[in-house]
Amino acid sequence: MSFIYEEYDVAVIGAGHAGCEAALAAARLSLKTIIFTVSMDSIAMMPCNPNIGGTSKGHLVREIDALGGEMGKNIDRTFIQSRMLNMSKGPAVHSLRAQADKKAYSDSMRKVLENTPNLTPRQAEIVDILVEDGKIKGVKTYSGSIYPCRAVIICTGTYLNARCIYGETVHKTGPNGLSAAVYLSDALRRLGIELFRFKTGTPARIDKRTIDFSKLIEQKGDEKIVPFSFTNKPEDLKREQVSCWLTYTTPETHEIIRENLHRSPLFSGEIKGTGTRYCPSIEDKVVKFADKDRHQVFIEPEGLYTNEMYISGMSSSLPEDVQVRMYRSVPGLENAHIVRNAYAIEYDCINPSQLKPTLEIRNIDGLFFAGQINGSSGYEEAAAQGIIAGINAAMKLLGREPVIIDRSQAYIGVLIDDLITKETKEPYRMMTSRSEYRLILRQDNADLRLTKIGYKVGLIDEDRYQAVLYKEKCIEEEIQRLKKTVIGANREAQELLISLGSSPLATASTLADLIRRPELSYEVLESIDPERKPLPEDVIEQININLKYEGYIERQQRQIEQFKKMENKRLPEDMDYNAISGLRLEARQKLQKFRPLSIGQASRISGVNPADISVLMVYLMQHNAKKTKETNTNGDLSGRENQDGE
Amino acid sequence: MKTDTIAAIATAMGRGGIGIIRISGDEAFNIIDRIYRPKSGKKQLSKKKSHTIHYGFIADGEEIIDEVMVSIMKAPNTYTREDVAEINCHGGITVTRKILELVLRNGARLAEPGEFTKRAFLNGRIDLSQAEAVCDIINAGNEIALKNSLKQLRGQELEIIKGLRDNLLRDTAYIEAAIDDPEHISLDGFSRELHEHVEKYCKIIERLITGSRSGKLIKEGIKTVILGKPNVGKSSLMNLLVREDRAIVTDIAGTTRDTLEETIVLENNITLKIIDTAGIRKTDDAVEKIGIEKAVRMAREADLVIYVLDSSTPIDENDESILSLIEDKKAILLLNKSDLEPRITMDDIRKKTNHPIISTSFTERKGVDELEKMIMEMFFQENITQSEEIFITSERHVEAFKNALEALNMVKESIEGGMPEDLYTIDLMNAYEELGRIIGENAGEDLINMIFAEFCMGK
Repeated sequence: MSFIYEEYDVAVIGAGHAGCEAALAAARLSLKTIIFTVSMDSIAMMPCNPNIGGTSKGHLVREIDALGGEMGKNIDRTFIQSRMLNMSKGPAVHSLRAQADKKAYSDSMRKVLENTPNLTPRQAEIVDILVEDGKIKGVKTYSGSIYPCRAVIICTGTYLNARCIYGETVHKTGPNGLSAAVYLSDALRRLGIELFRFKTGTPARIDKRTIDFSKLIEQKGDEKIVPFSFTNKPEDLKREQVSCWLTYTTPETHEIIRENLHRSPLFSGEIKGTGTRYCPSIEDKVVKFADKDRHQVFIEPEGLYTNEMYISGMSSSLPEDVQVRMYRSVPGLENAHIVRNAYAIEYDCINPSQLKPTLEIRNIDGLFFAGQINGSSGYEEAAAQGIIAGINAAMKLLGREPVIIDRSQAYIGVLIDDLITKETKEPYRMMTSRSEYRLILRQDNADLRLTKIGYKVGLIDEDRYQAVLYKEKCIEEEIQRLKKTVIGANREAQELLISLGSSPLATASTLADLIRRPELSYEVLESIDPERKPLPEDVIEQININLKYEGYIERQQRQIEQFKKMENKRLPEDMDYNAISGLRLEARQKLQKFRPLSIGQASRISGVNPADISVLMVYLMQHNAKKTKETNTNGDLSGRENQDGE
Repeated sequence: MKTDTIAAIATAMGRGGIGIIRISGDEAFNIIDRIYRPKSGKKQLSKKKSHTIHYGFIADGEEIIDEVMVSIMKAPNTYTREDVAEINCHGGITVTRKILELVLRNGARLAEPGEFTKRAFLNGRIDLSQAEAVCDIINAGNEIALKNSLKQLRGQELEIIKGLRDNLLRDTAYIEAAIDDPEHISLDGFSRELHEHVEKYCKIIERLITGSRSGKLIKEGIKTVILGKPNVGKSSLMNLLVREDRAIVTDIAGTTRDTLEETIVLENNITLKIIDTAGIRKTDDAVEKIGIEKAVRMAREADLVIYVLDSSTPIDENDESILSLIEDKKAILLLNKSDLEPRITMDDIRKKTNHPIISTSFTERKGVDELEKMIMEMFFQENITQSEEIFITSERHVEAFKNALEALNMVKESIEGGMPEDLYTIDLMNAYEELGRIIGENAGEDLINMIFAEFCMGK
C-alpha cells in the first residue's frame, strides 16, 4: 500500500559519484534534498579502478572543485599515492592522478553527506517516477512510499537491469553483488525515454600475500604532492604513500586467452551491450592487437584496509577457470589467489541526446540525469555531470538562470556537449583530445576559469572568491611588469644566461622575452630581477605558462571568440525544423531530434553541414524579426544573447 | 592573419570586356589601399567619398598588374551593408585571377558560395520574405562547389590528398594516444620523426599547388599537343597559330630536344601551350615506334589534342591507333590539305571518331579561325558558368592548400622551438581540416576513431 512519506524539493536517485555531487549541490543551495541508495554502505563506492583523476579526468576533478564540488576534497582526504602524469609534455596535458583507499573514500563521502544540512540519506530502491502533465510530482519506492518532490535527478549508474557476466556465469546484480534496479528501466520507458544497453568490465582482485613482488617493477608516488582541491595546501597533505607495481602479460597469457575465446560471453553473444573502446578487456586487446606480444599490467592497492590488489589492464569476462590460468601466467602472479573474479557488466542507460545542456530531459519538466546512466564511463565524468545536474535542478526551483558551461570554459562543457550532441554509441570517456581549446582548459587554471561561476551559483564562499580575484590580479600585474622590465647585456646577466645554458644577450631584452626561452623560467632569473616581490608558487606557475605559450594561447583565444559568436546565436526551443524547406532532409531530421540551443551546437551535430548552418541563420534572422514585429519591442535582431557563463 | 573580409569575382569569366572583383567587409578599404596606385595624387582610396569611382592601377609591389577603375562604397548603403570595394579590370582569366589572388594575399578570404547574398540578408539589406530564395542560392552554390571540387581533382590528386590526410591523422593520433595514455605509449624521439614527416607533407602540398589541373589550365594555359604523321602540316599549323601579330608569351625549350613548346594567348586572355611533336617525322621503323610511344604519353598528359590528317592520303593503321588513343580525350581533328584532291572524306572520319572535325587548308589559311573558336568553346565559351567554376574551385583549392601549408609550417616551428608535443597536434589537425575542405570531408570523430583503431589504450 502506498503512502506519502515526506515532501522534498529535490530527490536524487543513487549515491554514487554523480548522485553525491548532485545532492550536495542542491542541499548546499538550500533546497530540501533526499538521496536514495540501495545500500548506505555503497555511498561513493568505487567498484572498478582504485584511483581518481588521470589524463583529462584529473582536469574534471579540479573543475568540479572550482565550482564548489566535493570530489577533489574527498580524494585529498583519502589518497594513498599521488602522481602528476605527462610532466614531460606541455602544461595543458599535465594530469593529476591519485590512488584512493576505497573504503576511506566511501566513508569520508558518507560522512560529508550525513552532515550536510538540508540533506537526507535514505536506503531504498526507487521503482517509479511520478509525472503529471509532463511535470515531476515525486518518486515511489519498492515498499510503496511516495516522496513528493519538484525535481528528480537520476544517477543510477550501472544498476538498471544490470547483469554481471563471466563465462557462462550470469549474476543479475549490480557491481560488487549489490542488488540491481529492475523496475526503473520500465518506468523510464513508460515516460517515453529511449534507452540504450551498454557494457563495461572490471579485472580480478588478487590477494596481496600471493603476489611475488620481486618480479614486479615498483612505481612510487611523487614526492611533491599537488592537491586536487584548490582549498588545500601541499604541505597539509603530506603522508606516507604506497606503491603501485608494473608487470606484463606473456605470450602464454595470450595463448590461454586465444584458446578460450569461444567461451567468452562477448564472442558467444551472451553480452549484447556496447562496450567502450577505451577500456578494452584483455581478450579484446589480444584479438585487436594480435601483433603485440605483451601488454602492460599495473597492480594497484585497493586501500590500506585490505590485501586486495586491482589488476589494471586485465579486465575480462572469461570463465573462472580461464581467469585463474590467465592471471597466473603473468610474472609475479604465478601463485596468485583471486579474491574477486573479473566480470563484464551490462546495464541500461538513456540515449543522452534527449537531454538539454542543463541535463534536464526535454520531455519532462524537472527530471534530470547524471552519470553513467547518460552513457558516460568513469567516476570523474559522473561527478562532473552530477554537480551540473544538481546546480541546474536548484536553479530551476529557485527560479534562476540555468548554468551552462560551454566547450571553451571547461572539460565539463566538452563532456556534456559531446554527450548530448554527438550520437554516442559506446560508454563515453573523457580524453584531452576531445577538447579543442585544451591550451586554455588546463588543470592548473581551473580555479581561474570556474570559481567565479561557482561563486555566482552560491557554492563558493566569499573568501575563496576574493582569493581568486587577488590571484588573477597578481598574475596580470606581474606579467605587465615583466614585459616592461628591460635587462641590458651586462656582465651579470650574460654570466647567468651562460651558466643556465642559454645564449647570451645580443641586445637588451625584456624579462618576459627571457622567460619565453625554453631553457629559462621565472624562477631562475631571480638574481637579475631585483624588483621582484615574493609571489606564491601557483602565481609563478601561471606567469611561466602564460608567457611561454603566449602565441598559442592567443590563437586559441581568437578561436574561442569565433566559437562564442556562434554559441550566442540562440535557437528558439519551439523551432519547427521540418518547416524549413531550405534544409536538407538529413539536417532537418537531426535538428528536429537534437533540438540544439544555439547555432554553434547545431553545427556540431553530425549530418548538419555548413550550408545548413547558413540556412538556419537566415531563418533565425527572419524568425526573430517577425517576433520583434509581433511584440512590437526593440529586440535584438541577431538573436537572444546567452545569459549564462562568465 | 585572416579577417572576415570576403572577396570574389563578380562577373562571368572567359568573356572579353570587364572583370569585377568585389571585396566586402571591415578590411575592404585597407586591402585596396595596399594594392591600388592612383594615376596621380597620393590620397588613399579609403579617404575618398563613398560611392565614387577612381582610375588607377593595381600593383603587386612594383609590378603593375592592370589598369583599373575602383569603386568605393561605404557601409551601410551597399549590397552587403558592409564596406564594399569593386575593382573593374580588363577582364580575361589571367588578370582577374591575379588581382583576386593579390586581394586574398592582402587579408581577404575567398567568399563562400552565395556569401555576399547571405551577408546582404543577415545585414538586413534583403527583404525577409526572400529568405527562401537566399537559402536556395546558398544551398545550390554549395552543392555545385563540392561537386566541382571533386570533379576537378584528378584521380591521382584525390589519392594524394587522402593519403596526406591519413598520415596527418595517424601522426596526430599517435601523439594524442600518448598524451591520453602516457603509461602505455611513449613519445621519446617522435618530434624528430614528425619533423621529417611534416617536411615531406609540405613538399607534397607544394607540388599539389603548382600542379593542380584547374590552376594549371588557367595559369599555364591549355596544354595542347599537335599530333600527326609526317608532312601533314603540323609545323605549318604551329606557325599559323603563332602569328607575328600575336604576342609570344614565352619560348620554352622543349623538355626533350625534338619537341617544341610555344605559349600563345588567344582572344580573351586564354593561353594555349602548344607542343609540336616533331619527333614522329623519323621514318625508320624502330624509331617510328618510339615516336608513337612518345605521342601516346604526351597525348595522355595533354588537356587538348589536335590531330592533323592529310586528306590526300588514305588512313592507315597509325591513324587508327592514334584515334583510339585519343578517344577519351578532348580532341579536335583537322582534315588538312582540303585544297588537294581528297582521298579521305569527312564522312570516312566521322565513322571512326566522335571528336569534332574541321576541314582546313594551311596553305590557304583556311579553317584556322574556326579551330580557335572551337577551342574557346570547348574550354570556356560553351558554358560560361563552368569556366567560372573551374576558376573559383581552383582558387578554393589553392587557398585550402596554402592554409594547410601554413599550419604545417607552424608545426615545424613548434618542433624547432622545442615546444611540447601537445602543441603540435593543434596545427596538424588544422592542416587535416583544410585538406578535408577540398574533398568535402569534415574531421568529425576521425581522430578519436583513429586513436582507438591504431593504439591499444586504457586500463
